[in-house]
Amino acid sequence: MGRRVDRHRPALIDAPPRWLRPALLVVSVAFLALFYAWPVGTLLAQVADRSAISKVFGREALRQVVWFTCWQAVVSTAATLVVGLGPAYLLARWGFPGRRLLVAVVTVPFLLPTVVVGAAFSALLPDAWLGTASAVIIAHVFFNVAVVVRLVGTVWSQLPPDLVHAARTLGATPWQATREVTLPLLRPSITAAAMITFLFTFTSFGVVQILGGPAHATIEVEIARRATQLGDVGGAAVLSVLQLLILALLLVVAGRTRRSTEVPLRRVERLRPRTVRTRLGVTAAVVATAALMAAPLVALVTSSLRPGGQWSLTAWRTLGNDRGVRPGAALGVDPLASIATSLRFAVVATVISVVVGALASLAIAGARRRGRLLDVGVMLPLGTSAVTIGFGMLITFDHAPVDWRGAWWLVPLGHSLVAVPFVVRAVLPVLRARPEAWLDAAATLGASPLRRWWEIDVRLIRRPLVTGAGFAAAISLGEFGATTFLTRTGNETLPIAIGRLLGRAGDIPRAQASALSVVLAAVTVAVLIAVDAVGDSGRDRSGSR
Amino acid sequence: MLEVRGVVVVFGDRTVLDHVDLDVSDGEVVALQGPSGAGKSTLLRVIAGLLVPQAGTVCADGVDVTSLPPHRRGVGMVFQDEQLFPHRDVGQNVEFGLRMQHRPKPERAARVAELLELVGLPGVERRSVTSLSGGEAKRVALARSLAPAPPVLLLDEPLTGLDRELHDRLADDLARVLRATRTTALMVTHDADEAARVADRIVSLTTP
Repeated sequence: MGRRVDRHRPALIDAPPRWLRPALLVVSVAFLALFYAWPVGTLLAQVADRSAISKVFGREALRQVVWFTCWQAVVSTAATLVVGLGPAYLLARWGFPGRRLLVAVVTVPFLLPTVVVGAAFSALLPDAWLGTASAVIIAHVFFNVAVVVRLVGTVWSQLPPDLVHAARTLGATPWQATREVTLPLLRPSITAAAMITFLFTFTSFGVVQILGGPAHATIEVEIARRATQLGDVGGAAVLSVLQLLILALLLVVAGRTRRSTEVPLRRVERLRPRTVRTRLGVTAAVVATAALMAAPLVALVTSSLRPGGQWSLTAWRTLGNDRGVRPGAALGVDPLASIATSLRFAVVATVISVVVGALASLAIAGARRRGRLLDVGVMLPLGTSAVTIGFGMLITFDHAPVDWRGAWWLVPLGHSLVAVPFVVRAVLPVLRARPEAWLDAAATLGASPLRRWWEIDVRLIRRPLVTGAGFAAAISLGEFGATTFLTRTGNETLPIAIGRLLGRAGDIPRAQASALSVVLAAVTVAVLIAVDAVGDSGRDRSGSR
Repeated sequence: MLEVRGVVVVFGDRTVLDHVDLDVSDGEVVALQGPSGAGKSTLLRVIAGLLVPQAGTVCADGVDVTSLPPHRRGVGMVFQDEQLFPHRDVGQNVEFGLRMQHRPKPERAARVAELLELVGLPGVERRSVTSLSGGEAKRVALARSLAPAPPVLLLDEPLTGLDRELHDRLADDLARVLRATRTTALMVTHDADEAARVADRIVSLTTP
């Protein structure tokens, strides 16, 4: 009710002050235009040359790349749904000691950097499986189960159990009640989970790069291979544009599917396993879920401590001293330095993301109609694969007047392009939920327009900005796709170093890759736990109001 | 006919039902009264098969159904907040029990029309259940539970949440419908006036 009245009122009392709006707008628009629109435009211009297109699609090998990209995404999505519905049901419907811990165990893989997941599965799976499509699909399932548990589980946990009971008293068997009542009501959330999983697996880069071997390339991997190894910039550009078009199509389709949840959702008490049968069932399900989700990470830690099958700390001890391992061989990777580089880049990327994200959010919230346009613009990088972003930047900023090839800051800048949408999504809802009446109240208390904006909106976004900063840091730490293109010798980040070590023969480099992956996973999880703690304290405060 | 003998339900260390006995004869409508927390709804759930009691037996139509799952008991139930299926329209909701019995389509359609007529909502088959008013939703829920003609019907506070006038009108309608269908019914209510309007007999459940 209050909302509707607000929308029609004359915008007398408004934030931010009118004269400030262009300034807010300029920064975010310039950032997007320079580092997103221009590179994408350059890519498109590359493709304007028709002969490149026919050259690319004339080749059987490339048709195979597109075919593999599609079918592995379909199979990965289907497998993720099948595997994910079990834990989703378990965590949504049943209450048991350690439930929250299991939620975390299931959720964490989704937040881990792709190279860590790749490294974990190359440690876990038998060598014969590496380089197969199955390895890629298994890792994709592990990665995306969290999407199903989160999206489907949330709806499932709020479906009134009496709906199923009603069906049962009307003569439905347990299976009929599931098919006729539960599944149709879950369908919108299952569709949403399938869409997101498909998007992630279709654009999968790190996992395929590491586990797929030379025989299995997705479009993403092929773009990187053409651009960085074969020097076929034209072909890579054609594939990038193809990828852009497919993603745009997918996002349109995703937007069209209505999420009609007219279910009377509300908090439902979780079931407690009371009988012997339910106790056994729940225990078995919990143990199986925990074991399956933890196995790759346990394998990762183990393999860092067992180079060549012998327990030893060699991999960890030699992280900072490469020469001790293979005297005379130039490995070109300094593991310890990569940790420092990653942390440095994460700080820079976080600062850029937070500044741009905050300004963009304030501008979007302030400008009404035009704000929506900027909102879409800010989200565009999210619908563009990281590889495309990195490749676009690489071919745009490599000649005068913008020859930034040697510039170290191009890497964190690429990271922040990927991260800004997350910052905006953390901040904007808070601004949008802010009642207009607060401004009125501040005005009647004597606050000037600038002061009102500062005291209310700018202060309000501090906490969500911390959350956004955490996301940005985590994204930067794990970013692999864009970094592959932008990285320079001597400035390798952790994921790049891990990727290189994994590509190298020998027991020690492999164990070192595992050790570095453990470090990267630990840092990422630490950042995310810190973010979660900030979010929780915010919830407590608003809850006690 | 419904016979409940020595039903015991314990939640943790709380005894909710302590050796409860209850009889409802054929075509009789019994109101179950009692303070909140006396276990009225719990007893209905035991009879419907949605809850397994620690002890005791339930017989419906002369058959011991204690160990049967809900869908094989022939016990219908009207839930407190209707629990209409939001993804199906009114007709599909009322038809649900008939579909579970694999009745042919024309027969189902005729039966749905007949029941909607009976509860005073003729011709609303294609309406969405989310568009129904509170009173209409309760009528549809009643029609849905009656459609498969269960030998025993349980009603869990079927008229709560309506304003006085609508409540009284619906109570009279409920009494009429249950008589017209000669349904054996057990209704939970906390409203003495409602019990008197609808039921042949009133039974009280006290806190154990």
